[in-house]
This record gives sequence, C-alpha cells and structure tokens, in this order.
Amino acid sequence: MTLTTEADLAEAIVAANGPLRVQGGGTRDIGAPVDGAELSTRGLTGVTLYEPGALTLVARAGTPLSEIETLLAAEGQRLAFEPGDMRALLGTKGASTIGGVIATNASGPRRIQVGAARDFCLGVRFVDGQGQVLKNGGRVMKNVTGYDLVKLMTGSWGTLGVLTEVSLKVLAIPETEATLVCEGQSAETAVTSMAAALGSPFDVTGAAQMNGQTMIRLEGLEQSVAYRAKALQDGVLNGFDVVEGAASAALWSDLRDVTPFAGKDGAVWRISVKPSDGPALVRELGTMSPDAIYDWGGGLVWLRVADEGDAGAQMIRDDLSHIGGHATLIRASAATRASVPVFHPEPAPIAALTQGLRAKFDPRGILNPGLMGA
Amino acid sequence: MQMPTPDAAILARKDQIVKRLQSVLPDGAVVHDPIQTRVYECDALTAYKCPPLCAVLPATTAEVSAVMRVCHEEGVPVVPRGAGTSLAGGALPTADSVILGVARLNDVLETDYANRMIRVQSGRTNLSVTGAVEEEGFFYAPDPSSQLACAIAGNIAMNSGGAHCLKYGVTTNNLMGVTMVMADGEVVEVGGAHLDSGGLDLLGLICGSEGQLGVVTEATLRILAKPEGARPVLVGFDSNEVAGACVSDIIKSGILPVAIEFMDRPCIRATEAFAGAGYPDCEALLIIEVEGSDAEIDDQLARIVKIARAHNPVELRESTSAEESAKIWLGRKSAFGAMGQINDYMCLDGTIPVSELPLVLRRIGEMSKEYGLDVGNVFHAGDGNMHPLILFDANKPGDLEKCEAFGADILKLCVEVGGCLTGEHGVGVEKRDLMVSQYNQTDLEIQLAVKDVFDPAWLLNPAKVFPLASTETRRAS
Repeated sequence: MTLTTEADLAEAIVAANGPLRVQGGGTRDIGAPVDGAELSTRGLTGVTLYEPGALTLVARAGTPLSEIETLLAAEGQRLAFEPGDMRALLGTKGASTIGGVIATNASGPRRIQVGAARDFCLGVRFVDGQGQVLKNGGRVMKNVTGYDLVKLMTGSWGTLGVLTEVSLKVLAIPETEATLVCEGQSAETAVTSMAAALGSPFDVTGAAQMNGQTMIRLEGLEQSVAYRAKALQDGVLNGFDVVEGAASAALWSDLRDVTPFAGKDGAVWRISVKPSDGPALVRELGTMSPDAIYDWGGGLVWLRVADEGDAGAQMIRDDLSHIGGHATLIRASAATRASVPVFHPEPAPIAALTQGLRAKFDPRGILNPGLMGA
Repeated sequence: MQMPTPDAAILARKDQIVKRLQSVLPDGAVVHDPIQTRVYECDALTAYKCPPLCAVLPATTAEVSAVMRVCHEEGVPVVPRGAGTSLAGGALPTADSVILGVARLNDVLETDYANRMIRVQSGRTNLSVTGAVEEEGFFYAPDPSSQLACAIAGNIAMNSGGAHCLKYGVTTNNLMGVTMVMADGEVVEVGGAHLDSGGLDLLGLICGSEGQLGVVTEATLRILAKPEGARPVLVGFDSNEVAGACVSDIIKSGILPVAIEFMDRPCIRATEAFAGAGYPDCEALLIIEVEGSDAEIDDQLARIVKIARAHNPVELRESTSAEESAKIWLGRKSAFGAMGQINDYMCLDGTIPVSELPLVLRRIGEMSKEYGLDVGNVFHAGDGNMHPLILFDANKPGDLEKCEAFGADILKLCVEVGGCLTGEHGVGVEKRDLMVSQYNQTDLEIQLAVKDVFDPAWLLNPAKVFPLASTETRRAS
C-alpha cells in the first residue's frame, strides 16, 4: 500500500508490530541491513511552499530531488549543499527523495564553504516510533526555538522518526564557476595548496584532489571569479590552470557522486578528519593499498579498499581513535555490512546519549533498528 | 513572571553546600556573601532579579566537573552563566540555585590556520576570538551586537547570530565541537576539528539548548579568512512595503550581501536625534553591505543600486570610502542607545518570513496605538530576524506589564505568519510561556524527553525555555 499522507504514515507506524525499514527513494542503500517491513515515504510528494525571494522551500519528504532541483533552477536557485547522486556508486536504482537527502545529511563538496544539509534544513515534520506527528524548527533562516531537533533529525537515517516534510534554505545559482587545476601533486602538497586557497580571502567553494588532479573551485559573478582566479594564480596557486564552464561543473559532479569509484569493485569508506590529517591517514593504511579521493580540503577522504574481512574497519578506526574523526562504510557487500559496524562506533558516554534518545523517540525500537549500529 | 518556589531544604543547607564547593575549587572561586552574590542576581533582562544561593567561578573543565558532581549529589539546581548579556533571562537564578560562571575559562587552547579552526575555553568573549586570529587575516563570523562582552558559552547556549549571519550563518553553522560537562559531572567530547557527526548530530542538539543539557567548557570554532574589504549602501523608502519588496528582489537576484539591515521611521528619528548620522527622514531605511575586492564591491553595489532604483527610493547613498561606510553604519549601531535615551525599552527578538515584513510592521504599528506604547523597529531584514524595541517607563506602575503583553502579542504574530518566537536571543524566561503558541503539547513533550536523557534530575537551568507548568513534575522529582 502506498502511503500518501502524513496521517496514513502515522497510522501505519501505530499499526506496525515489528521492525520497519524506512525508505525514501532507496538510492542510498547504506548502513547495516534492516530486516523489516518496508515503510516508504515515496507517496508523500509535493512542494507545499516556495518563496524565491525568501530563499525558502517546503516539500513533503517523498518529493523527488530532481523535481525540486528543476523547480529551483527555473528561478535560478539550487540546494547549495550539493547532495550527491549515489546510484552509480552503490548500484542502486530509483529516484532520490528530499526526505532521504535530509535523513542522511547528504552533502557534497560545497559543504566546506556553505555547510551541510543540516545547515540548510530549517524545519521538519516527522512521525516518531509511536506514531506521533511532531514538528520542530520553522521556515525562517533563524529557526531555533527550544531544542534544535531539526539538526538531530538530519542525519538520523530514519532511526528517530520518519520525516514527512522538510523546510529548506536555498541559494542562488551563481553567474559562473571556474576550477583551478594542477596535475600530479602529492596528496600532502595538494592539501597544503588547498589550505592556502581556503585560507585566502577568495571565497573558495570546493577544494579536492581526484584522479591525481588538485581542484580549487570559485563561483560567483563573472568579473569576481576572473579576479579571484587570477589572484590565486598569482599567489598561492602558482602553476594552476583554469578550467571553466561545463568542464568545471563536470569535475565537481564527478567528485560529488564519487564517480571514479563507481565502476570499480571493493569497499568504499567515507572518512571525515581534520583536513591536514587526510594524507597521513591514507599513508598509515598503506598495507591495504587504498585508492583515495580527497574532498573538503583533505578533510573528507573517500577510500576504496578490498571488500575482504572487515574491509579495514579495525585499522581505520584504530587510527582515527588517535587523530579524531569518523569513518562510515558507504559501500560493501551485505555480509560485510552485517558484520562490521557501518557507522563509526561511539565512545561509551556518547553511545549512552544516543541510546537514550532512541528510547525516547522510538521506544519500541522499530524504526530502522540496527541500521546505525547498536 | 513566575519562578519556582525555592527549595527550603536547599536554602537551609547553604553553608554545607558552600563548604563542599569550596573543597573542590581554589580559594576565591566560590562567591557566597549575600552582598557579593547580588552581582549574579540578573542578566541583561534586568526586570527580574533574584540572588542565587552562591556562585562558582571554575577555571578548568575538571573544576566544572567537580562542581557539577557536588551539585548533582546535593540535588542543587545549577544555572550556567556566560557573560550575563542574555536579553531573555537565560542566566536568571533562583534563590536555591548555584550560578556557574565561566568567566575564568577564557584561554585560547589552539589556533590552527591550515585547518581554519580555533579551540577556546567557553568563557572567552566573542570579539576576543576574532582578536586572537585577526593578525593572521582570519575572523570568527557570528557577530552579536554584544560581541565585546558576550561569551562563547552563551553564544552556544542561545545559538546567537548577528548582522552578518545572512552570509555566514549563526553559531550552530560555525561550531565544530565542544567539550561538555554533563549534569552528573561526566565530561564528554562532541565533534572536533573534523566536520559533521559519525552518528546522531548531538552537537546540533547541544547548540541552542540554553544551558539545559550540559555545561560547555571548550569549543572548537570555524574561523574564516577575512574578505579584502566591505562597503555598504544606504537606501531610504517612503513605505515599508516597498523596502520589503526591495529586500526580496535583492535576495532573489543572486547577490548575497553579508548584511541587510532595516530601520523604520521611529527608529530613524530617534537615532538621528542621538547620533546625527545624516539619515533621511523617511518611512524605512535599508543598509546593505557587500564584501570583496574594490572592483567586486563596485560590481555588486551597482547591481544592488539598479534593483533599488527600480523601487523609487527617496534616498540612495553609496559608500565610496571607509569614512562614508562608518557614517552609514553609525546610526544603525547607535540605534539601541538612541532608543534607550528616550525611555526604558524592551528589545524583542522574533523571526518572520521576509515576505510577511510589510504586514507585520503594519500590525505592530496598530498594536502600538492600542497599547499606547511607542515601538521602533531595527532588524536583520535579510533573514527576517526582527528586533522591535518597545519603549516604556519602568518607574510607572503597570507599564512593564503592558510592555510585556505588547511584546507577547508581537511574538505571537511572528509565529502566526510562519515565523519563530526567537531568532538569536533564545527563549530563557522571557518567552517561556509563549512556547505553546509555536508548539503543541506533543512537540513540547519530545523536547522535554530530550532533556530527560541529558539531565534526568532536571538540575541544569530547569526553570527556563518551557512553560513552568509543563515541567513541574519533572523538576519536583
């Protein structure tokens, strides 16, 4: 049965007598496999409010991401946090929904400058594990009154409640973009270049190394992008070339969607660390012969390793326990995902808070149980 | 405004509690003399005062932890206090509470320009965070008006913003990690120098929780490279509607100014009389500031001026120098002082969708007549964060109550048109009882349940944020 209203969805949760596998478009098949009945938000569709002049959009959770992007583009606007399309990487089909984007805090290369999905979600409506319809936040930029459950729900992967509606802040599509590129830098040198660019006043909106190419993105008014590109070339990015227009955009959509790993086998990790720690971490893991892509100035490492044993979980997480950060196993066989904690294990006091919150939001433990770990 | 009746048993045990706190803190870190505790009787919401049982001034996370352990064992409520600049009464004590002041936690622990972050103790003032990094060309973006005095701890508690948040976001968008002492004294680390959470976004939950979930002792903050320059343009209009439409058009055009400030006629007149910034005598005034190199600024201002001209402004003044910029900002920056010279005032803080601006200003004008109290509006128009200043006479019996009722009506109106009760000041005690106009009982109950998880005994700042009646059984247990 397709649920088309929030009330239907609430009723379905009340009536549930076992675990539920909460689904949007099903394109982000990440996390420990959940053995439960599917509960899909795909039927809850429609943009309920869009005010370009206030930079706000409200949509039901099942609204396809592509529909929202098309609507925004018609007004020269976009979701600035750059949610990726994971279908090629994960081998999934279907259409990504806005609820899925928010539930997974899906954020791309621009995260480092404008923020993540969590920074653009202004308000949520959701149904908790007891079937209660709840709301938090609003549809204004400064939305926090009482506790910010909007942030808590963003990136909770359907384990605290099922999103039914989200309010988002949107931004204008800039007039133009350009990427400064440099071939063949070592990862360490690349991260140093990125840090210099990100530490400049020139408003860099992307800093990455992919396929041996260091890439620094600039966006904005045409004159301004040209000015900043030149200033960087004359300064900290000496020797970098400029790539413009569609070629520039293609670089960043490939990075956003982790395209270089899409056709290749193996397990894929998404690791968030202090930017300067990225290259050293990868070197530490050398015995695994990893293939690495660096985003977020070096702070986001996409790591492809053999999907054998624990897919390197122990080694990666041991290293992270010293330097700080977290690693999520984005892609691996169902067997690996069932045996290895997909999400980063939390220290005991944090895990206690997480469990405490789950027990309040979903006392029966029926919403995506185990997906994020114990 | 009602506060819970102090627990007589705690009051009776004052000496014993003070002794225990003294035993875990250095000399002079426990303030218990009734004359000295008066310093802590209120914050910037001065209408309400109550000296605490005592105040403690720990200087390290370990000392905060020791204090929390004692208070937890003694069952004593703790009211965390940043710099005491809250306009919402966030740091207002009760007679049976211990004020935990973070003023001595003011060190910079680490600056890391390559990774664009700074780690500070939470009592450090907002402006001095920028002060610690500006020589290297960096700054900390959230800029509340009180930034000279206010502490990072309070900024985190209230998720503070400021004039430049349109571009850079509020505290929660610039906070990367915290060290927090839980109600029972346990110390937890949340987030850090890396981005986002590997599990639930507890950092996002902690930011803006008004000192009710834990005491933040250290914070990792994002710092940004300073832009090459910034310049404003001042535009005057003969109606609020037109000014509001102009704001919308600028935002829609794709230019992202760092600030769009709005002042209405009562406010313009008051500041002109006070500061003489040379503002035009008009219905509404916008100050729009953009950043970049000189050429980039010229380009952006030209586009803004073109949009503004289409709305037939009565005045348009583009800054071409630092002196002219300072003059344009002078009036805006002295607005609160100017209003304060006329009378006592209450500064409200609510948010509305930008599209509702004209309607809300008209309704505020009507209510001003009904209540017989003057009101001036000065606010961050770009993000719909209003700061109506209601003038009243604190010495005139009944005026404060009338002012509060007027304020409550304005905030309810904000919610009615799709906004929120607070933009950047928090709920505190000021808006506690209005929470029911934004949230229904179920929405509130889940928030109370969150506090149950972090602070099961309800000892941290317990009489704030939620209507007292809704928390009574929890506080009593």
